[in-house]
Amino acid sequence: MAHGGGGRLMQQLLDTLVRPVFRNPVLDQNHDSAVVEINGTRLAFTTDSYVVKPLFFPGGDIGKLAVCGTLNDLAMSGAKPLYLTCSLIIEEGLPAADLQRILESMQQAASEAGVLIVTGDTKTVDRGKGDGLYINTAGIGLIGEQVNVNPSAIRSGDSIIVNSDLARHGIAVMLEREGMNFEHRIESDCADLSGLVQELLQNGIEIHCLRDLTRGGLASALIELASASRYEFELGESALPVREDVRAACDILGFDPLYIANEGCFALFVPESQTEAALAVLRRHPLGQQSLAIGRVKSACSQGRVILQTPIGVGRVLDLFSGEQLPRIC
Amino acid sequence: MPLNLLRDFTIREQLRIQVEGTIQGVGMRPFVFQLAERCRQSGWVANTGSGLTIAIEGAPELQRQFLDGLNNPPPPATIFSLSVDRRPLENFSRFEIRSSEAEGQSAAFVLPDLAICGDCLQDLFDPAGRFYRYPFTSCSRCGPRYSIIGSLPYDRERTAMAGFALCQDCARDYRDPGNRRFHAQTIACAQCGPVLSLHDRAGNRLADGDRVLEAACGHLREGSIIAVKGIGGFQLWADAAAPVAVERLRIRKHRPAKPFALMVPGIEDAEALCFLSGLERQALASPAAPIILLKRRPNAAVTEAVAPDNTMLGVMLAYAPLHHLLLRGFGAPVVATSGNRHGEPICIDNAQALERLADIADCFLLHDRPILRPLDDSVARVINGRLTLLRRARGYVPQPILSKTILPNALAVGGHLKNTVALGHDLQMIVSPHIGDLDCDVSVRQCEATLADLRQFYQRGPKLIAHDLHEDYGASRIAEREAQRAEKPVQTVKVQHHYAHVLACMAEHGLEPPLLGVVFDGNGLGSDNTLWGGEFLRIHGRGFERFAHLRAFSLPGGEKAIREPRRAALGLLYALEPERAFERMAPHFSAAESNLLASALKKGINCPLTTSAGRLFDAAASLLGLCQVNRFEGQAAIALEQCAAAVESDLVYDFRIAGEGTCVIDWQPMIEQLLTDIPTGNHGLIARKFHNTLAAMIAAIAERAGEPAVALSGGCFQNALLVEQAAGKLKTAGFRVYCHEKIPPNDGGLSLGQLYAVKYLG
Ligand SMILES: [Fe+3]
Ligand SMILES: [Mg+2]
Ligand SMILES: [Zn+2]
Ligand SMILES: [Zn+2]
Repeated sequence: MAHGGGGRLMQQLLDTLVRPVFRNPVLDQNHDSAVVEINGTRLAFTTDSYVVKPLFFPGGDIGKLAVCGTLNDLAMSGAKPLYLTCSLIIEEGLPAADLQRILESMQQAASEAGVLIVTGDTKTVDRGKGDGLYINTAGIGLIGEQVNVNPSAIRSGDSIIVNSDLARHGIAVMLEREGMNFEHRIESDCADLSGLVQELLQNGIEIHCLRDLTRGGLASALIELASASRYEFELGESALPVREDVRAACDILGFDPLYIANEGCFALFVPESQTEAALAVLRRHPLGQQSLAIGRVKSACSQGRVILQTPIGVGRVLDLFSGEQLPRIC
Repeated sequence: MPLNLLRDFTIREQLRIQVEGTIQGVGMRPFVFQLAERCRQSGWVANTGSGLTIAIEGAPELQRQFLDGLNNPPPPATIFSLSVDRRPLENFSRFEIRSSEAEGQSAAFVLPDLAICGDCLQDLFDPAGRFYRYPFTSCSRCGPRYSIIGSLPYDRERTAMAGFALCQDCARDYRDPGNRRFHAQTIACAQCGPVLSLHDRAGNRLADGDRVLEAACGHLREGSIIAVKGIGGFQLWADAAAPVAVERLRIRKHRPAKPFALMVPGIEDAEALCFLSGLERQALASPAAPIILLKRRPNAAVTEAVAPDNTMLGVMLAYAPLHHLLLRGFGAPVVATSGNRHGEPICIDNAQALERLADIADCFLLHDRPILRPLDDSVARVINGRLTLLRRARGYVPQPILSKTILPNALAVGGHLKNTVALGHDLQMIVSPHIGDLDCDVSVRQCEATLADLRQFYQRGPKLIAHDLHEDYGASRIAEREAQRAEKPVQTVKVQHHYAHVLACMAEHGLEPPLLGVVFDGNGLGSDNTLWGGEFLRIHGRGFERFAHLRAFSLPGGEKAIREPRRAALGLLYALEPERAFERMAPHFSAAESNLLASALKKGINCPLTTSAGRLFDAAASLLGLCQVNRFEGQAAIALEQCAAAVESDLVYDFRIAGEGTCVIDWQPMIEQLLTDIPTGNHGLIARKFHNTLAAMIAAIAERAGEPAVALSGGCFQNALLVEQAAGKLKTAGFRVYCHEKIPPNDGGLSLGQLYAVKYLG
């Protein structure tokens, strides 16, 4: 289904069908996780379902992904994650050993992050009605007092920083799923980013906004943020970190790495004056060693848009695509 | 024409005449004045927003003469409609030119920019005259028009000349009915008009006045690149005979191989470079002065780097007095390419040029006459004995395409590449100048500005906005925003890409359904969400039916395969024999590429199917070893055409027509025979047979469809050999064949087709 690519159709589906039905002030924050206040305590609250194929891929598996993905959604609100839930939808016939491995992988990721998986649910479906295993996780986390990480906090002049190279998860999963024979082994970047975010906060970095660059990649995430904040973002193409092997695979297959999913990568918005400080903090952490400033927030603009400055100095407009990317050149 | 009404005009009375046509800014009012004097009529003439209004009082006999004369205005004026009312006498004492009435709907047919006329050219080099070496001289028959008109009606105060008050001499000429510059809104001289200046990259002034020309020529001789502000925007000039200068321009413009256009002062200079037909000579010297693609002479005195591996040269004649002065000083052909950065619109403003062209030009030849809207040089080619525009801008825009029936107020936004937009109202369809590719931020803004400009200029708000089916085209996004922004509700209408191509051809020839549209194109989104491009559409009053198409094949890597003909070849061969495909294409792919693409093709990952004829051309060019990766759009197809054009032959390959309902043309026999020919055959002959076969496919499907009229459209019909072959075969079989002339067959024509589609909404 074309709605699944993180593109325009999914946006339209959410905006026209889902959001209007559930409309409320918390949902309208339109963020990776909801921020709710209970007795003066601000909590981040989120849920996500994981349907990745294959269940095991270089650099991770569906279990690790289901934990890290939800932790990251919490972290993107500036929260420190506390508890997770785990719901399993198991297709009849899934080898028990596989399930065991996946659950252990979940537990390992959770304990590394210092969170507990505290409740859950298990259902089975008939053979052929699922792809082995689907996992849903939900999570809650605590948001510190001074923390206000939100698209509405983005300001003109902010630096846009990424913590890691781009497009590894999507390419790794695709190569594995399709049994593609590539000369380099590409591993997913799947990782829990909440520790990295806590480092930033503890070191007094004034985080304006954070967004994990999952489905639809860097481009889709930034386009959404630009339109939510109504600013123009400018990226320097030559500054974008993509590993040579990943770039080669993308080139051959005709994919744009800016639109490929990541699972251990965020875009961070900080005031320009804090750029170096933020980079220094990030680079001290194993998940942030390759951190780079890739662009900045320019002037306010009614529609919000993202412009990629190519090495020859021409600005390319980045757009959300409608599902499957069909060529635009005639 | 209401001339027969005149039989009743026996008594003396006032005739009030309304004229519409391309009549503003061509010396029409002075012509009317002189005609009135000759016919001894009193009264007046005035420009109005919608054309010209004339009142005459005098002897009825002479009024008839006046109307006869009015019907034959001097070129380039053209009258489209003329209506006469009778009114009571007002007893005017004389005939006068009245200042314009600002009211009235802006339906006037504004003239495009006109190349310098012969008389002005003589003035330019007449040491005794007051226009000697004045780079902005013009008269009522020549000079800039659309590029300097702010709003209608066309009077100096609403043009870019508003800031230049007439000196005494110019004021006298302007008022003198016997003068060629009588009421010429662009009149100016060295005393009162715009002036030149030469600047370095930092904007520092290097020279002023007449010294600018000499200094600029000096820089050209040294191999420098000069940004020259002209009529519709900046051009980048370099010495066309100097390999170093031209290579430098290529590197700085990030344009490794795409041919550059040349400018020469006169027709003899073009003749020295290329072989010219009568039609080509006439087109070069026309007031539109487009770039014409011409067959290059083997000994043409320009460096190979101007158009590497190309048998053609794009040549234009100097069209502004400034060009003549520069070229006379320099004494040899120059490269004169659009003054833009790769993918952006042409620069029109001094400050903007100094900023955006700073990394390209060594110096800047500026002037202080503003350019109000960008107009690239138009590009045309003689195809099958007709001048065919490939890029339509300066010299042609805003000449309307006329509809036979009233159109609703509508906008059409075009596609994604080579974009144009169009506005329709009443009987007029006005297509904007070429804007550029909408990948680029600046082009998107230019496209939006052009829409606003058209609306303002013609005082029309749209009821409908037409766009392509492809939601991700830059123009489709613009349409969406325009519709959201509009004050009154606006309906958006989706028009299928290839249907729009056919409609563009129909619009320019005023054709009505039914007919068969043959669209050989690159890729466009089809109604079934696959990529079309080798289509036979039966056009009826409410849309179209897909009557036939080429057999589909995969494009490994999607958009990448459009830039890399080797991928189109791989996809094509894969459809025949997957194993052999990789074997055959092995020399052109690395092992890593072959491995990944093998899985991608097997699993259908980013390997969209296409029926595109353009990709079939690419594949054939790749198989013949002509081009594996395009360095500019259309490179492979051009190479294949030029390879084929070197050989005369009527031979064809085999093909099959299959399918119930929609016919599918199977190219498999052709490709198999072509592959058999390649190891030992003459490649020119193979390429020629390929062309002949595609033409034969067209003729065969036309026979099956049985529509007497056939329209050819789509980017592939920029290929002269293909058009000649196809049109020839169709005509021999008794079909009426229509090809593009005024509007490009490529995506530059989409906006017109989309506009015409509103006529046939169900
Ligand atoms: Fe097209
Ligand atoms: Mg998520
Ligand atoms: Zn003239
Ligand atoms: Zn003067």
